[in-house]
Amino acid sequence: MSRHLLSAADLSRDEAVLILDTAEEMSRLSDRAVKKLPTLRGRTVVNLFFEDSTRTRTSFEVAAKRLSADVINFSAKGSSVSKGESLKDTALTLEAMGADAVVIRHGSSGAPHRLAGWIRGSVLNAGDGTHEHPTQALLDAFTMRRRHGRVAGLNVAIVGDVLHSRVARSNVVLLSTLGAQVTLVAPPTLLPVGVEAWPAAVSYDLDAVLPKCDVVMMLRVQRERMDAAFFPTVREYSRRYGLDRHRVAVLGEDALVMHPGPIVRGMEIASEVADSARSTIVEQVANGVSVRMAVLYLLLGGADAQRLGGADARWPGGAAAGEATP
Amino acid sequence: MTWLLRGVRVLGGDAADILISGDRIVDVGSRLDAVGAQVLDGDGLVALPGLVDLHTHLREPGREDAETVDSGTRAAALGGFTAVHAMANTEPVADTAGVVEQVWRLGREAGHCDVHPVGAVTVGLAGERLAELGAMADSAARVRVFSDDGNCVSDAQLMRRALEYVKAFDGVIAQHAQEPRLTASAQMNEGVESARLGLAGWPAVAEEAIIARDVLLAGHVGSRLHVCHVSTAGSVEILRWAKSKGWRVTAEVTPHHLLLTDECAATYDPVFKVNPPLRTGEDVEAVRAALADGTIDCVATDHAPHALEDKETEWAAARPGMLGLETALSVVVATMVEPGRLTWGQLADRMSMTPALIAGVADQGRPLAPGAPATLTLVDSGAHWTVDPSQQASRSRNTPFAGRRLPARVTATFLRGRPTVLDGKIA
Repeated sequence: MSRHLLSAADLSRDEAVLILDTAEEMSRLSDRAVKKLPTLRGRTVVNLFFEDSTRTRTSFEVAAKRLSADVINFSAKGSSVSKGESLKDTALTLEAMGADAVVIRHGSSGAPHRLAGWIRGSVLNAGDGTHEHPTQALLDAFTMRRRHGRVAGLNVAIVGDVLHSRVARSNVVLLSTLGAQVTLVAPPTLLPVGVEAWPAAVSYDLDAVLPKCDVVMMLRVQRERMDAAFFPTVREYSRRYGLDRHRVAVLGEDALVMHPGPIVRGMEIASEVADSARSTIVEQVANGVSVRMAVLYLLLGGADAQRLGGADARWPGGAAAGEATP
Repeated sequence: MTWLLRGVRVLGGDAADILISGDRIVDVGSRLDAVGAQVLDGDGLVALPGLVDLHTHLREPGREDAETVDSGTRAAALGGFTAVHAMANTEPVADTAGVVEQVWRLGREAGHCDVHPVGAVTVGLAGERLAELGAMADSAARVRVFSDDGNCVSDAQLMRRALEYVKAFDGVIAQHAQEPRLTASAQMNEGVESARLGLAGWPAVAEEAIIARDVLLAGHVGSRLHVCHVSTAGSVEILRWAKSKGWRVTAEVTPHHLLLTDECAATYDPVFKVNPPLRTGEDVEAVRAALADGTIDCVATDHAPHALEDKETEWAAARPGMLGLETALSVVVATMVEPGRLTWGQLADRMSMTPALIAGVADQGRPLAPGAPATLTLVDSGAHWTVDPSQQASRSRNTPFAGRRLPARVTATFLRGRPTVLDGKIA
């Protein structure tokens, strides 16, 4: 594994599978009374969030704490950043405080890449602008693998605002690495110019795509996109691209409905669909903690495990990460 | 002062001596002798008329932390330039006779090369009403090139009026072609790379649509139009068509658009952020071909110094722009002369004669012949050097060519008989 997780595109198939397998081991921990491992004791993980995201920040915080790391939450609001401090100065400050890993959420694409050039610790991209959100894609793949038993060969539709979605970008590259077939479904205005180079099919017609789907992943559509003329009205968007009761009826029996959240009920997804048995929305949140534990473990603890000859006594059940593959 | 430049190759031709007396070339020939002349052993150096840059940001007044007229013109002289055109987007904007005269005077005091201020087309570059173009033309700075560079004169009626108005003093409007609505918050060329990197796209059409409109306007009112930093294959097509109509349209390309592509953005290092953005490999090939066949008339640097803190940021927060003066000649040699697409004589045309003609600068860009101003630069065409940002004369460090090995090095520059650079150093 590289020292950083900046982009899902940087992961080889073996690395991605290692993360998913490790996450599987981590998830067993949540069934225990004491949900904590000593693996990262004495290590410091900084959550550096320039955008509000209670969900992702909390998920990383829980993950780091379950591995016994010290966690510092650094939010841009009310901090030195709001006084005009640059990203670089913030990074150097965190470095001076001894951060072993920085989990960064930033509104600018590529901010984690810049950070990785300025500090010695590991950088985990927790969402950068409209670029990537690699741990979201990993937890989505983890969820698919749990429900379907595999990722390779699955037909996955990603529906909605692909243009502005870091979730879509990370999922397209990771799912393709893992052998799934991805179809992007959106109005043409919400697909990027250049999408033809992505390892994914493109459709403007949700109804044509749904019958063959094993997974339908809905993306949130921000209402302000309407003001920028990406589509005429919320109602029209919802009629053409929303996942309602009638559309769900054509899905196969095992097909899943996924959403990275937060959901906008009644716009991209109907309430009864979001709450149905095929919806994995809540499950995705739980899986997010396991996947983030796995990533933190492999980036920060993995080196130690190797130095100890692969037999890491701190690992649950005594198995080294590489042996966790069933 | 008398100078004898011995054994130089004028426009890359056979070795000859150039005799300079006062501010003029008095003789060009073999085995010239002049008692008491200072001798510079040229030994095969290529002699070119001093380079003329139509597009330079000197940042003074306002951002003297990034560049000053003095530091920027040092960089220019070291790059072989004897004249630069200082863009108007300073603080305050060069939209009055007072500001352009200040910049012109600072250039004279620095003395490293001629500084011709470019006047703003509209007050404060706001694109709403014309600045006092005539007052700037009549000032001591004798402004002939007008541009809102950085901003596009996007209002079609205002652009038409500007094109018409400057005919009275043979001025030219240099347009920064960027349709603003198509480029709101744009970060890089729109295409495969922007889709992958998640950076908002700056589509080629936003440049091409304005150029198409402006050449039609220039044709309609019979005015001169100069198109700044052409970056796309589509723009080249439109220019070729406009020229075939006989319209008075000229265009420039920057060294960075001749060499770099949008794939540079993959590092997210904003040293590669520039406006217009780096384009695709096909666009690079198109602008090279256009510079070779004359569809694009000249090279202009768009030298755009920025303070460190304006580049050591995340991509979106960084200011667009790149240094260019000290690397321009080398990049043009690497991309055009070495591959055999331009001769040294054609390079002199694209970097000296033609830009001087476009800007109406009479004493620059003249053939190196007896009677002409002794305004020239000597280039070691066989030298190679590695670009080191810390060794640049500019106050800023934002060169996109850091670490690159480039051919050709300026050894000496003369401005009207006075050396501004000797032995590759400021004289």
